[in-house]
Amino acid sequence: MIPELGHFALILALVLSLVQAIVPMVGAHRNRMALMAVGRPAAQGQLVFIVIAFVCLTWAFIESDFSVRLAATNSHTDTPLIYKITGVWGNHEGSLLLWAMSLSMWTVAVTVFSRNLPEAFMARVLGVLGWISAGFISFTLVTSNPFERLLPGAEQGRDLNPLLQDPGMIIHPPLLYMGYVGFSVAFAFAIAALLTGRLDAAWARWSRPWTIVAWVFLTAGIAVGSGWAYYELGWGGWWFWDPVENASFMPWLLGTALIHSLAVTEKRGAFRSWTVLLAIGTFSLSLLGTFLVRSGVITSVHAFATDPTRGLYILALLVLVIGVSLVLFAWRAPKLAGGGSFGLVSREASLLGNNVLLAVACAAVLLGTLYPLFLDALNMGKISVGAPYFEATFVPLMTPVVILMMIGPFVRWKGDDGGRIMRKLALTGLVSVVLGIAIAFAIGHVSVRTVLGLALAAWVVLGSMQLLRSRLAERPGVAGMVRLRGIPSAWWGMWLAHLGVGVFVIGVTMVGSLNADLDVKMSEGQTAELAGYTFTFRGATERAGPNYDAATAIVDVDRNGRQIATLTPEKRIYRAQRMPMTESSIDVGPFRDIYLSLGEQVESGAWVVSIHYRPFILWVWLGCVLMGLGGIFAACDRRYRRLAERTAPATAANAKQAG
Amino acid sequence: MKAKFLVPLALFVLLAGFLAYGLTLNPREVPSPLVDKPAPAFSLARLDQPDQRLDLEQMRGKVWLLNVWASWCVACRQEHPFLVELSRRDIVPIIGLNYKEVRGDGEIDARGMALDAETALAVQRARGWLQAHGDPYTWSVLDIDGRVGIDYGVYGVPETFLIDRNGVIRYKHIGPIHDAVFRDVLLPKIEELTRAG
Repeated sequence: MIPELGHFALILALVLSLVQAIVPMVGAHRNRMALMAVGRPAAQGQLVFIVIAFVCLTWAFIESDFSVRLAATNSHTDTPLIYKITGVWGNHEGSLLLWAMSLSMWTVAVTVFSRNLPEAFMARVLGVLGWISAGFISFTLVTSNPFERLLPGAEQGRDLNPLLQDPGMIIHPPLLYMGYVGFSVAFAFAIAALLTGRLDAAWARWSRPWTIVAWVFLTAGIAVGSGWAYYELGWGGWWFWDPVENASFMPWLLGTALIHSLAVTEKRGAFRSWTVLLAIGTFSLSLLGTFLVRSGVITSVHAFATDPTRGLYILALLVLVIGVSLVLFAWRAPKLAGGGSFGLVSREASLLGNNVLLAVACAAVLLGTLYPLFLDALNMGKISVGAPYFEATFVPLMTPVVILMMIGPFVRWKGDDGGRIMRKLALTGLVSVVLGIAIAFAIGHVSVRTVLGLALAAWVVLGSMQLLRSRLAERPGVAGMVRLRGIPSAWWGMWLAHLGVGVFVIGVTMVGSLNADLDVKMSEGQTAELAGYTFTFRGATERAGPNYDAATAIVDVDRNGRQIATLTPEKRIYRAQRMPMTESSIDVGPFRDIYLSLGEQVESGAWVVSIHYRPFILWVWLGCVLMGLGGIFAACDRRYRRLAERTAPATAANAKQAG
Repeated sequence: MKAKFLVPLALFVLLAGFLAYGLTLNPREVPSPLVDKPAPAFSLARLDQPDQRLDLEQMRGKVWLLNVWASWCVACRQEHPFLVELSRRDIVPIIGLNYKEVRGDGEIDARGMALDAETALAVQRARGWLQAHGDPYTWSVLDIDGRVGIDYGVYGVPETFLIDRNGVIRYKHIGPIHDAVFRDVLLPKIEELTRAG
């Protein structure tokens, strides 16, 4: 009964999404207040019904109702409660429902937090979001009904894929989806603006906080996913350029460009058509990512069950959403020319440069991801594109991005004196290069990539310090604390996020230069050495977990005769799927991780142990945390709230004018 | 409407075309170099009577399917009902190549197991499985150490080979066979090869 209730609630949500898609749009077109006002309650009601549907599905998992096919294939009575709940979205159908729920939450957030938008504009934004929602809910209902019954019900469930039974999996998909879907708000704002022909500074100001918040979610989602891959897959790697990883990385790159482009549009009114195109592009890539993951067009480690009808439906959705918005763009954007002019050396020019580079980097990732498909479609053979391609194209493209990133904030809007900037930053640049070379020698690993990475990291860190100092010097004669507090939150956001890039580069460079791996057969009492650490195998014991049996090895780690950790990597066999899993054991430190995973038992009492030494890997995620924090600071800027209040009377006047 | 604003749309249309075509392709399908080559010879013990052997030569003059299976293979379970149903329709004989029945199973440690003991265990497991799920095979043969599988380039179970009267491999299907694949791909080829006489 409860699953049927959920199914029915989802159908009602679809009906409401259609109402939300059509009625406010018609109202905005005919300028009828009563019709426009339908948008909000429809969006809010829709969320209520999707939440009911989601709760019903979760209930089927918690209660182990194996007459629901999805629960039978993704849960088990022995599965720990937390993984029964996360199992709801550890599969195709459930993750679509989560997608729809995130979209609905974002829509309701827009109705709550953007109350000051002009009524007609709001109606169009809600209309666009309603169409997307209708597309996804109908996709779920027609091709991937999560409430499908299995009659007669199964005796026992097949359990959730053991790879997904992990704390990282609890938060990774919701964060990622909040990010993906969040860009739909920026997209809806852009489409609504194209429809009204009103693409001005006010539009950019409304879009900015939404875009930044979505970007923060996406950043966090990607970072958690990469962390999960690091400790769960047992190879000690943190990024694999897998198509599904790329699918989340492409919207991140373009979203980063969008945030910066919106800043220019808000402050200077320039780049308007480019900004709109980025807003459309970012969300399109989110949709494309969903398509790539769900359709099975590309092989990936994230092999969800694939089905050609699903691929076709989502491709149709993709073509409809992106096609219509690009037609609209081609029709309306030519009228948007204009905006302030700017010189070759100006804040605008540096932001434009970075924007173009980020977009090209995104295109390079897209090309690499889809290249196997292109060749296959043209009958030119089967290939796979691996990390070497991505590293070879990505590093040269991102190097100028990082360099420009530190110059941009020093340059004035409109135009600046190139010589002044040179004089200001020449010393910093020189010191960075010297530091890069010196540190590379100090760590005993001199290669082009190491020197480049370290010099770039030094450039970012030193440049950030210099930027803070010159910012504080702007108000001489005022007490230090007052000056610090006088800096707006948005500036701190920019500063932190840029510093985060530097920290990230340190992590990537160090782990890329100095990591070490060793696979060794060990039996009780034997030792192995790696990177100055001594590993002593103390034997393996067996234990039974809630839904798995495990062999646990005990390994002591010593350095210079002093014991620093005892690690316990495990080999687990999950009972329901008879699937073996390695559970790595990591000694995390600020300057290095010691990472152990247990391989096969080769003979009685002897095991293969994989030892990985990962210097500075924590800095990779620390950098992501700083970037995310920067986003939060930027989104919390008082200016958005103040301006929202200030625009309210003005927009009321606009509405009157339009009437 | 200025032409340059149509560029994103044009690029997207091109991309969508590729994606649509991509849906019809299978990225997991790797063309086998063995297609249109003579099937590698084998002589293996039969599952029903392990003291008797089945040679490739015995199948000469027939159009037949060689289906690679094992009781530990989950996807085999998926295609099995279809194979049983197919064998009832008497269209084409199916020979089962039971691939690494014991040592292919991740749960069993077959190292140090004598070949006799391993064969006995394989026979017991494979027969039990066919009793439980139905036996679609004219004969099944035991590839205990997987050597024949290597000759045939097997890298995932199940795989199915279509072999003609002269012992030439005409088609290779990777992954479980289902109704649509059989109807649209295999059956027309079988009919053509049978007619070609």
